[in-house]
Amino acid sequence: MAAVASRTAGLLRLRAAGAERRWCGPRCAGLVQGFLPPGGEGAAQKRRVAHFTFQPDPESLQYGQTQKMNLFQSITSALDNSLAKDPTAVIFGEDVAFGGVFRCTVGLRDKYGKDRVFNTPLCEQGIVGFGIGIAVTGATAIAEIQFADYIFPAFDQIVNEAAKYRYRSGDLFNCGSLTIRAPWGCVGHGALYHSQSPEAFFAHCPGIKVVIPRSPFQAKGLLLSCIEDKNPCIFFEPKILYRAAVEQVPVEPYKIPLSQAEVIQEGSDVTLVAWGTQVHVIREVASMAREKLGVSCEIIDLRTIVPWDVDTVCKEECFLNLEAPISRVCGYDTPFPHIFEPFYIPDKWKCYDALRKMINY
Amino acid sequence: MRKMLAAVSRVLAGAAQKPASRVLIASRNFANDATFEIKRCDLHRLEEGPPVTTVLTREDGLKYYRMMQTVRRMELKADQLYKQKIIRGFCHLCDGQEACCVGLEAGINPTDHLITAYRAHGFTFTRGLPVRTILAELTGRRGGCAKGKGGSMHMYAKNFYGGNGIVGAQVPLGAGIALACKYNGKDEVCLTLYGDGAANQGQIFEAYNMAALWKLPCIFICENNRYGMGTSVERAAASTDYYKRGDFIPGLRVDGMDILCVREATKFAAAYCRSGKGPILMELQTYRYHGHSMSDPGVSYRTREEIQEVRSKSDPIMLLKDRMVNSNLASVEELKEIDVEVRKEIEDAAQFATADPEPPLEELGYHIYSSDPPFEVRGANQWIKFKSVS
Repeated sequence: MAAVASRTAGLLRLRAAGAERRWCGPRCAGLVQGFLPPGGEGAAQKRRVAHFTFQPDPESLQYGQTQKMNLFQSITSALDNSLAKDPTAVIFGEDVAFGGVFRCTVGLRDKYGKDRVFNTPLCEQGIVGFGIGIAVTGATAIAEIQFADYIFPAFDQIVNEAAKYRYRSGDLFNCGSLTIRAPWGCVGHGALYHSQSPEAFFAHCPGIKVVIPRSPFQAKGLLLSCIEDKNPCIFFEPKILYRAAVEQVPVEPYKIPLSQAEVIQEGSDVTLVAWGTQVHVIREVASMAREKLGVSCEIIDLRTIVPWDVDTVCKEECFLNLEAPISRVCGYDTPFPHIFEPFYIPDKWKCYDALRKMINY
Repeated sequence: MRKMLAAVSRVLAGAAQKPASRVLIASRNFANDATFEIKRCDLHRLEEGPPVTTVLTREDGLKYYRMMQTVRRMELKADQLYKQKIIRGFCHLCDGQEACCVGLEAGINPTDHLITAYRAHGFTFTRGLPVRTILAELTGRRGGCAKGKGGSMHMYAKNFYGGNGIVGAQVPLGAGIALACKYNGKDEVCLTLYGDGAANQGQIFEAYNMAALWKLPCIFICENNRYGMGTSVERAAASTDYYKRGDFIPGLRVDGMDILCVREATKFAAAYCRSGKGPILMELQTYRYHGHSMSDPGVSYRTREEIQEVRSKSDPIMLLKDRMVNSNLASVEELKEIDVEVRKEIEDAAQFATADPEPPLEELGYHIYSSDPPFEVRGANQWIKFKSVS
């Protein structure tokens, strides 16, 4: 269906039969309020709490000294490292010069000059096409699309030009040093055009890589990998995490390999796969499942959407070994709504509900 | 005798309570109309432009004043409701640009068509929707013009095609509407608006080419408020003469803060299109007092002095008011009374918008496709289903 783009996604899969304990009724009735449809009077109440809680990973000590950073600061740090190491690297996009609408490029223009960090006019197709041109000559181009919802005028450039350049020129030319960054995902009040998750549109395009981090530490490592990767990459940054996610992030550059999923939590009964913000939602679902159903969940952060890590996700010949069909939990098959957003997003209750139905399949 | 005195004093007391303005109006004679001089428009590929003098009748003057004041107060009320978090999401206000929406409407017929981008509340009103449905749409309630499902950027009315979020995407649409006008042969035109930021989008030029090639009755209008979000026009455009950007399409540059100038230019442009000569381009030089949207304070890329200067020298409502008062078309008190009435209307509308219930959850899946019979929409997981009715 056409609305594939607007989902923040998660996947549930039952691997082996687990405990069959039934769910004993809503113990936390207060939290179920999220499901209740708006009634008459009193329905016009203020909302709303975020649908997830960011869970930071333990500090990684293998890359040297760390500093407390939120997501946009970790992006700035990655871009800073890139511009310092690679003299051909340039950053461009709408409003990046003063620091960007989400402050991801703050301070970079002052530090590296207006030749290397500059604004473009309002033209996404032009921005990406222009970026492909820079990359073809060998310079490193880091293009910013202001919101992932606006990436569609550039879709032709990405899919028809960037993705196929190396293939159609028989490896004579390539635009591998192009990285496109865009804020991604729902934020609570973004409505139709500031909330979309369009990674699915690019997931079927060979030639490009699509990466989505779940946290500041992951973001910096993955972004640096994208920039140095010799293939055009699209890096989607969950905008709701820009300020909400705070972690200890190494100051020095480091890389996290692409096309490698990460098993965040081991488990034996159900596998939960997600990316971006949704990883934090299913972490909560997993602990709810352990508490209430006695079910042990494995959590996998996919990280790279395409080319994706088939081996980690399907360790065995999983299709014949599944105890229940794979369940997809995502946004509704509608455009991203304005007023209905709290009902649209796949929050932990919907994921938990799906998990419960799978266990009892 | 005492009874008579009591009666007289009652009458006098009653008379004293009547608003002074009404007593004054009764005793003053206003002019029926007045002639004003307006700025000459800069022309591109045109021999003549709109006239430099125009006649404003008292009736029209009061109507324009009321409409502009309503738009102004509605936008300020939206600002207030947003800060109280009753309106959420994105909200782009057009106060300062009232002369554009009211002036354009004054120059066309209700059967003509109009399409614009996201700064659309003023146009929604001038195209005929009452303020309460606009405010209710902003608050996302079922009384809203899009049933609460669209929000600020997606308001529609008869012959008003929104309300579009993606910058520049509405311009090829406008050219298409103009094609339909030409095809239907009803002598209608389509006003296709976009901003100074959108003027640099590729699809605008595609639309110019199609409209000129097929001589479509399309008036392209660039509302140049000098800033594309936070980027000033000098930093975004190689050529800031937006009225010339149509190249082979004739253009005029209009003072967008003067409603009479806008009206005359629109009439001129509409007549040009209706005569079958093809598209024409208008650049309205205007200004917005608020930032780009409610999350933009609007002072990091321009000075408060600049905003203040425009407010004191070129405010469209002030300009109209001064003209009317100085030419004896209306009195200050009469206009003040209109202010009071408008304020009340907006208050009532805001009350409605705050109290109206939100749309029912069942409507989440409605109107995705046109479908008969209704079909099921997949929810967040495969066990949640919603009905889609259209």
